[in-house]
Amino acid sequence: MNALSMNKITPCLMPNASSTAESATRTLPFTVNLGPQHPAAHGVLRMILEMDGEIVERADPHIGLLHRGTEKLIEHKTYTQAIPYFDRLDYVSPMCQEHAFALAVEKLLGLEVPLRGQYIRVLFAELTRILNHILNITTFAIDLGAVTPALWGFEEREILMEFYERVSGARMHANYFRPGGVARDLPQGLLEDIATWAQKFPKFLADIETLVTGNRIFRQRTVDIGIVTKEQAIDWGFSGPMLRASGVAWDLRKSQPYDVYDRMDFDIPTGKTGDCFARYLVRVEEMRQSLRIIHQCLKDMPEGPVMTDNRKVAPPERAEMKTSMEALIHHFKLYTEGYHVPAGETYTVVEAPKGEFGVYLVADGSNKPYRCKIRPPAFAHLQASDAMFKGHLLADAVAIIGTLDIVFGEIDR
Amino acid sequence: MLPTETLQAEITRALGDEIIELSESLGELCLHVRRTRIAEILRILRDDTALALTQLMDLCGVDYPERPERFDVVYHLLSLRHNARLRVKIQTDEVTPVPSVTAIYGAAGWFEREAWDMFGIAFADHPDLRRILTDYGFEGHPLRKDFPLSGFVEVRYDDTQKRVVYEPVKLPQEFRAFDFESPWDGMTKVMLHGDEKATGG
Repeated sequence: MNALSMNKITPCLMPNASSTAESATRTLPFTVNLGPQHPAAHGVLRMILEMDGEIVERADPHIGLLHRGTEKLIEHKTYTQAIPYFDRLDYVSPMCQEHAFALAVEKLLGLEVPLRGQYIRVLFAELTRILNHILNITTFAIDLGAVTPALWGFEEREILMEFYERVSGARMHANYFRPGGVARDLPQGLLEDIATWAQKFPKFLADIETLVTGNRIFRQRTVDIGIVTKEQAIDWGFSGPMLRASGVAWDLRKSQPYDVYDRMDFDIPTGKTGDCFARYLVRVEEMRQSLRIIHQCLKDMPEGPVMTDNRKVAPPERAEMKTSMEALIHHFKLYTEGYHVPAGETYTVVEAPKGEFGVYLVADGSNKPYRCKIRPPAFAHLQASDAMFKGHLLADAVAIIGTLDIVFGEIDR
Repeated sequence: MLPTETLQAEITRALGDEIIELSESLGELCLHVRRTRIAEILRILRDDTALALTQLMDLCGVDYPERPERFDVVYHLLSLRHNARLRVKIQTDEVTPVPSVTAIYGAAGWFEREAWDMFGIAFADHPDLRRILTDYGFEGHPLRKDFPLSGFVEVRYDDTQKRVVYEPVKLPQEFRAFDFESPWDGMTKVMLHGDEKATGG
């Protein structure tokens, strides 16, 4: 009987016929399908893993299971209608993506955003970063067997999403940042409540760190796992915490600042080792730096309008519409035809929590984008998973997926 | 950021007559080159120390169906050392393959697969040019302008056959393209008596 054909289905040790009995066992390669429904796959990731025993030889991620054709849909919508699609890309950091689109449209229109609008956007972009990193760190801990951090973290996230709800009416899909500013001013008392929360947050972070950072099991599972060198990180198009953990001090908020980031005082944490543990530490420290920015925003928050007064882009006040014919016409035109964006193209980026989130917007002078390419940071990160997995155990592959910080809303678009 | 004039001068020095057009708009540099030379040019842009555009951040297609070479392939490069960005563009049509740049930028692999999947732009010498975002067995290239928004095929679970079935799209109501664009130019493009004073003419 031919033993080889059997072994294609089940891996087992078999004697090597050509050599002596002592040196003689070898394993046959075996293919494992991971996902698309798997709790450690962080969404609908399907991985075809070629295993040599417990060792991953080759990984072939199959993505696109959440593909909704966002870019195609945006081509058929006006600029205002396109914003909600950005919330639904990376649904754990919605506002940062709206930010990229708003900045791109503002660049094409040549719009100035009032100072208060810019401060509010920076404030909420940083709240979003904390929202994202809490989710990433705690679910990463779940992947490695620790459940408690997630329970604590989700409680904290709920507080942050309440802030979202108070400015926009929605916990997650905010549709709050608009070209020209933000949709509406902050409700009364919100800044005080954010300040109260910001006082308590360091305690929460310290608690999470006592649970995770020094934990022996956590360290055994992350230190020296999935090492990415500086050169590799650059070659693979890494950005954000993934790049910084490999020792490249690169942050778009510093190097190519947008809105009022150039007024903020904060540091860029970098990792020394480029492994899973370094990426975890970078994210934890980024939350502290975000908190610093939040404190500065709260301190310096100016009074004034939050939206540009260009009535060809920003809708008029409700009260104004009751008396002014012009205002009524503007409102009607803005919510039916929408505004026209002059022909041109721009590639505008923001430092989203996961890395460089870019929008390549091609406008043809009409009220709809001609082309809107979305550059999701995690797309490049997941691409490198094949090289990162190679030679690791299957359980380490799960740790690496956790540290890539992937969300399929943005990878699949 | 590095001033665009400096970058422009460095690119002109490094590439010479490879440049078809080098233009700046909204503070962003855009370089047009010949399709056949793209791999060599990107290698120069990456390795020249004065440019050091070491990261390929994005690669995508854009469809202009009215042109004979209907696709633009757009590369967005970033230099971490000089804090500079550059957009490189080439043109191609449905059948002519573009040289793959996977050997130069490790990040290009999936982005090129995506451009193939979405637009049907072929990349020569790509190690693994499969579809990436669409379904297994999908036909057509959805981001082409002549591909309808509603698509051709829809998927549902058939309870009698106990499996997922693919069927032609049936729209219960006609597809509504909400085109609110006004056919009127209004009074924006009309010159009335006295308007020349406002424009200074």
